[in-house]
This record gives sequence, C-alpha cells and structure tokens, in this order.
Amino acid sequence: MSKSTYKVPIGPIHPSLEEPMTFNFEISGERIQSVDLAPGDNHRGIEFMGRNRNIIQIIYLAERICGICSASHPFAFCRAVENAAGIEVPPRAEYIRVIISELERIHSHILWAGVAAHELGFDSVLFLSWKVREEVMDLLEMLTGNRVNYGMFMIGGVRRDITEQQIPQIRKTLQYYKDVYQKLEDVFLKDPSIALRTKNVGVLTYEEALNLASVGPTTRASGVKKDIRQDQPYSAYADFDVQAITPDSYSGEVNGDVFDRIIVRILEVFQSVQIIEYCINNLPDGEILSEPKIAKLLGVLKKAKGEGVGRHEAPRGEVIHYVKLNESENPEVWKARAPTYNNLMSWMPMLQRQEVADIPIVIASIDPCIGCMDRVTLVDSNTYKKQVLTREELRKLSIEKTRRMLR
Amino acid sequence: MEYYNAQELLSFLEENLKENILGIRLESRKAGIKQEEFHNIWLEVKREKFRDTVKLLMSLQYPHIAIISGHDTGETIELVYLFSLFYGEKFKEISINIKVRLERKNPAIESITDLIPGAQTTEREIKEMLGVEFIGLPDMRNIFLPYDFPKNVFPFRKDQKGLDELVPKES
Repeated sequence: MSKSTYKVPIGPIHPSLEEPMTFNFEISGERIQSVDLAPGDNHRGIEFMGRNRNIIQIIYLAERICGICSASHPFAFCRAVENAAGIEVPPRAEYIRVIISELERIHSHILWAGVAAHELGFDSVLFLSWKVREEVMDLLEMLTGNRVNYGMFMIGGVRRDITEQQIPQIRKTLQYYKDVYQKLEDVFLKDPSIALRTKNVGVLTYEEALNLASVGPTTRASGVKKDIRQDQPYSAYADFDVQAITPDSYSGEVNGDVFDRIIVRILEVFQSVQIIEYCINNLPDGEILSEPKIAKLLGVLKKAKGEGVGRHEAPRGEVIHYVKLNESENPEVWKARAPTYNNLMSWMPMLQRQEVADIPIVIASIDPCIGCMDRVTLVDSNTYKKQVLTREELRKLSIEKTRRMLR
Repeated sequence: MEYYNAQELLSFLEENLKENILGIRLESRKAGIKQEEFHNIWLEVKREKFRDTVKLLMSLQYPHIAIISGHDTGETIELVYLFSLFYGEKFKEISINIKVRLERKNPAIESITDLIPGAQTTEREIKEMLGVEFIGLPDMRNIFLPYDFPKNVFPFRKDQKGLDELVPKES
C-alpha cells in the first residue's frame, strides 16, 4: 500500500439497508482506488438447517431467507422440488404464483426507489415512494393475509385461492399504479438533480456484467438482455410475452450507470402491472393444488428420488435453488442462491474511481440484500489516527454533494 | 451467434466430449397453458475434462454461472455447476448442470475464474465449506467464514460435528 492512500472500512453494521457486510476501501484523496469485500457476518448456514427438515418445513424456511423476496425463494424452491419429484402444477396455481411474485416486484422496486432517494438526500421522495408502495402492501395483505412472508406457496400449487370478490380490488390497485406511473417517471427520470448525482456514477460495462455473472436489473442496466421470464419462461410467464428491459428502450442509450438502474426498475414496475393484468384477465379455472392433503404429499416426497433446479426472476435478479432428493424425509442437498451473491463482484468495478460521497448510492444501486455500514472508520496511514464516521455523517457527505451540485 | 436447440446442444456435447461423458440426460418440461417447452441438460464429466467442457460452452456463448452446489456423500465430493446458455431471446435458454465427482481424501479441481471471473465467490464458498482445492483460484481467503477460522475444519462435510471451541484462543 502506498502512503498516499487511506484505508476506509465500511461496515459490518448496517448502513442504509438491513443486513451486515464489510467493505474495505483504499482511498486516495476523495477517490476510491480499490475495494475489498468481506461478507459473511450474517451467515447462518440456512442450507444446513434445511437438510434437517422435511420439504414442507423448508418452504417456510426458504421464505425467511429474505423479507422482501419472500415470494421468490419459496417459488424457486417449490419449482426445484417439483422438478426433482416430477410434480405438475395446475394452471390456476401457476397464474396465482405469478400474480403474487409480480406484486412483490412492484413493492420491492418502489421500496428500492425510496431508499435510493434517501441516500441522495431527498427524503420527501422517500416518503412519496413509500406511500405509493403502501397500496400494493395492502393488496398483498388482503390476498395472502400478510404484508411480508406470504405463506402462499406449496409444493404442487398455492395455498390460497384468489376469489371473484378480490379481483375488483386488484384492478383498482393496478389502476392506481397506472395513474401514479407518470409521477414516478417525473420524479425519478426527469428530475435534473437525480440525473446529476447518478449519471456516469457506478458504471458497470456490458463486458463486466457478463464476466462477473451479474443478474437482474444490475445486468440489464448494462445492456445484457438477461431475464429468466424471457429466456426460459415458466409458470404463467410462458403465456405472456415478457421482454427483458434495458435502459435503451427509454433513453436510447446504455451507460450501465446508477441512472440506468433506476430506469430499468421504474419500467419494470409498469411491466409487472401489465403482467398481473394479463394474469387476472386470463385466470384459468380449476384446482390450486395438485395434492391438497399435506400428509399424502409428504409421503410422495419421501419416496421421490432425483435432482431438480428451480429458477425464478426475483426483483433483484435470478434466484436459483438446487435440490437433491434421495428417498428420505429430508432432502440430501439444498442449495439456495440469492441474486446479491452474484452481484457482489459487480461492486468492484462500479466503485472504482468513485468519490467517497457516492459510496451509499452506488452500493444501494444493485439493491443489495446484504447491506452494510453503520459506521465508517477513516485511518490515516501516516499517523494511524482513527477517525470514525457515523452513518449520519456519511449520509451528510452524500447530501452535501447533492446540494453542491444543485448550486 | 448461433442458437442451438436442446437436441443440437446435446449432440454437440456428445460429439466433442465422447468418452469423457459419464452421464448425460436431456430433460424437457412444459410451462403455462400454451404448454411451451423448456430444457435442462444434466451432464456428468470426468474431472480432468471439466475445464475443457467449460471452454466448449464458451465457444457457443459466454456461459452464465449461477452457483456451484457441493455435496459430501461420504465417499466422494459431488460438485454441480449450474450454468445457463443462449440467454437473450425468448424460449432459447438452456440450463446446463455439470456434475463432477472428486475424491474425498484430496478433493481438487481446476479453477475456472480465469475463464469466468464471476465464479470466484462461489469457488471460495465451496473451498471453505467443503475443503475443495481450486487450482489457480487467485483469492484464497475465506469469504463467509471469518479469516481466523481453523484451516482444517470444513462445516459442510458429513463428519463435521462442530468446533471444539467456538472462539479460537489467541496463540
């Protein structure tokens, strides 16, 4: 390490999002020279726990991997088990699964938009977007009984039906999002100060996105048309024509910066509305479970043998679960992968040569599920004098930069 | 770039790998009311040929690696590499799951991080959790376990019953 750089560890205790993670920055003046990631502060061995439980119990465990993607993990897990055991899902259940997952995408993307605005210092936008998000949370509560951890998924279908009486409320909420879409676009995509802070910041090039195997809006914002709903459609997505959204469809160009990630997410909210609308217009009749008796289902699963992969496009990117069943009550192998796992490496090129004040928005831009930084320690390598920056001070730096640019 | 359908890809792999294939299976599933098909290829190759298999995939399209799943069966360590190819267009993507078996006594396999840098996180995870040596992996530090975690303890191995002391004494 040359004497002209500072070491800045950020984390492990939570900065702007829920979970802990450490970033070790090498800073020269205001610019980041290199970054080293050290996750693992919250590794609970959930896959190991799963190997000691039966398949039905794991659905609920999988649901609790993430509080925001609480439809995505059980969706992927159920698909993996259905693949391994050769269980078919009734069409109506496929449609309900997609409706719930897309409602989740709306709430996750708007939640993210609020967090991003907060990191930039626009707290009024945070309140506005979370107010908008509340509508979909209410709808999810009405449909599933819970705002998070919906408990909708079951091997071979879903646990709750969507009734005729609930359809008008879904339509009302969809109309609300159609009406509010223009406002979201104005606030996030046409606002000059958001553009100033996010354009050409945290750039991930097309090649880097491919090489680092990044997923979800992070990779799509860099121009890689990768979306499992498009590439390998499953459930009801196979009937609806889903197109992977890249920023050039809005702005005509792909820069791979934070602004492009905002574009992709805002457009995806509208895409989700269209998918849900298609699903409720074409909702097929019939059963919602291939086997309603859980004890009988467990009996089938106990005799099943084989391997299966379940994939689902979660709000943050591809979720993939691998399951190996071996004629026993517990699965022999259960491997779950969340999108942030793959997007981890993308932070390195994104943060390269950025300013310290841009750290919060760049880190938030991939919508991480393992967040970081409650405090920041600046260590002067010449004097070894420690200076601790709290999260508030770091956020203040970020806000000051916004104000400076607006002047 | 030329898109292969699942059957073509299967023949392509069989032609190029020949006797190095220990098992290959094409699995087709249907989705939606329109019953459109999508495909999984399950492939098992000899350990020595694994790297060549990845290079073979790279000659078609830059493969996306999702994760490596590792499993200690008691006698061997099974790694399943979950790849996907031909993404970018509707219904074209094919999942390729490549299985490699390693000796449990001295599990080692060549790293693919020089071909696909994005594989680094998952290789590091398998290294620390199952004790598989990835030859040529640039960053050998632990990723999810603490840096001072005992070197000979691998939490996801079958015979692992936990650490004697949770907090190692300072030496």
